[in-house]
Amino acid sequence: MDESSLALPISAVLCAVVVAVMVGASWVLGKRSPNRAKGAVFEAGNRAVGEVKSHRFPVKFYLTAILFIVFDVEVVFMYPWAVVFRRLGWFGLAEMAAFVLVLAVGLAYVWKVGALEWD
Amino acid sequence: MDLLIVFAKCLVALLIVLQVGVLLLWVERKGSALIQDRVGANRANLFGGILPFNLGIVNTLMADPLKLFTKEDIVPEGADRFLHWLAPFLALFPLFLTFAVIPFGDVLEIGGRTIDLQAVEAGPGILFVLALVSLGVYGVVLGGWASNSRYALLGGIRGSAQMISYEIAMGLALVAVVLTFGTLDLQQIVREQGKLMWGVVPAWGVFYQPLALLVFFIAGMAESKRAPFDLPEAESELIAGFFTEYSGSKQSVFMMADFVEVAIVAALVTTLFFGGWQVPWLYRDGFHLPGGLSIPLPSLLVTILGVLAFLVKLGIFCWLQILIRWTLPRLRYDQLMNLGWKRLLPIALVNVAVTAVLALLLQGWTVAS
Repeated sequence: MDESSLALPISAVLCAVVVAVMVGASWVLGKRSPNRAKGAVFEAGNRAVGEVKSHRFPVKFYLTAILFIVFDVEVVFMYPWAVVFRRLGWFGLAEMAAFVLVLAVGLAYVWKVGALEWD
Repeated sequence: MDLLIVFAKCLVALLIVLQVGVLLLWVERKGSALIQDRVGANRANLFGGILPFNLGIVNTLMADPLKLFTKEDIVPEGADRFLHWLAPFLALFPLFLTFAVIPFGDVLEIGGRTIDLQAVEAGPGILFVLALVSLGVYGVVLGGWASNSRYALLGGIRGSAQMISYEIAMGLALVAVVLTFGTLDLQQIVREQGKLMWGVVPAWGVFYQPLALLVFFIAGMAESKRAPFDLPEAESELIAGFFTEYSGSKQSVFMMADFVEVAIVAALVTTLFFGGWQVPWLYRDGFHLPGGLSIPLPSLLVTILGVLAFLVKLGIFCWLQILIRWTLPRLRYDQLMNLGWKRLLPIALVNVAVTAVLALLLQGWTVAS
C-alpha cells in the first residue's frame, strides 16, 4: 500500500485533535459559576424580547444565495476544461464560450432588473 | 518508515500554520500599535506578578491564549448547545487542513530518499483548497444561528452572504491560473514558476496573471472577514457579529480562524503568483545567474533556502494584509456587494476569456524555458 495516500487521513486526524483541544480547553480549564445574568444573551443591557430564530431578514440574502449557486456551478464546470483546454483547442474554447455566454446574459439580466442592488 | 515520514510532514505543515497563526496575533497587536503610533501590549507576568521582571514580548504570544483558555465557557440561554460547540470547530478545522496541500519546499534528499516537502501530495490541490475554504462558511453561519442572539444571527447571515459572493470571483481568478499552468497540482504549479522568461525574469504567476492576482487577493481578504470587509463582525454595529455569544477558548478559536485565513491567503498568493518556494535563479545544484555566473551549492542548503524563501514571502503577504486592515475604513454593505458582483466577477470573467484566447493564439510559442 502506498503510504502517501494515508497523508490526508493522518493530516485530518491531527488537525481535528488540535482544534478539538483548542475548542474544549476552557471547558476543562476554566471555572464554572453560571448565573441568570451571565446566561442571558447580549442585548445592550435590555432583556431580550421575542423569538430570535423566527427573526426576519431581507429577502436579498436568499437572492444572493440563489445567484451564488448558479455562478459557482458555472465555475466548477470550468476547472476540468481549464486543465485539458490546450488539447481541446479552439473547439473547447467555443464550447465553453457558448456555455459562459448563456450565464453572462443571465448576469446582465440580473444586473439590469436590479437584483444586485442593495439599498 | 515511510509512514513516519508522512506523519512528520503532516505534523510540520500543522506546526507551520499554528505558529504563523499565533505569531500573527502578536504581529497584529504590535503592528496596529505601530501604525496608530501607540506602544501596544507591552507587559506580562505570572500569577499576579510572581516574577520580578517584565515578560514583555511573551505577553501576546503566551498570555493571550493562556488567559482565553482558562476563562469560563458560557453557553447562552436558549442556545443550541451542540451547534454552539460545533461552530468554532467547523470554522478552524478546514482552514488547518487546507495548509496540508500547500508545498512549503522543494524535495529534501536524506539517506537516499527523496522527500517532497508537501504534506498531502494531492493532484487536484486547487480543488481541495477551494472545497475546504468554502467549508469555513458553516462555522460562521452556525455560530450566528446557534447563539440565539440577534446580533450573532445578523452577523452570521451577513458573513455567509459575503463569503459566498466573493467565492465566485476567487474561483474564477483561479480558473485563469489553471489555464496558464495547465494543472491543478500546487507543487507542479510552483515547479513551472522556476523557469525563466527570456532567460532573465523568473516566470512567476504575477507576470502572467496580474489581474487574477488582484481579484484573488481582494476576494481572499473578503473571505477572511477582516477590515475593510469586516461587516460580519462589525464591532460598532453588531458587537462582535457571529461570535458575540462566545467566550473563552471557543472565542479564541474564532480569532485564530481569522489569522489562519490570513496566512492561507498569503500562502496561496505566494504559491500561485510569486513562485512559492522558488528563489530566482536558484536550481537544485546552486545559483545560475543570468550573466553566466554559477555558484554551486549543496542540495540540503538549496532546500533550506527554498523553505526560507516560502516563509519570507508568506510573511510579506501577511504583513500586507495587516497593513490594509489597519489603513482602510470599513465598506458599506451595498459597496461590498457591488465590489463582489459588479466589479470583481466581470473582471475575472473577462480575464479568463482573454487568457484562454491568448493561450491558444500563442500555442507553441513560449517565453519561458
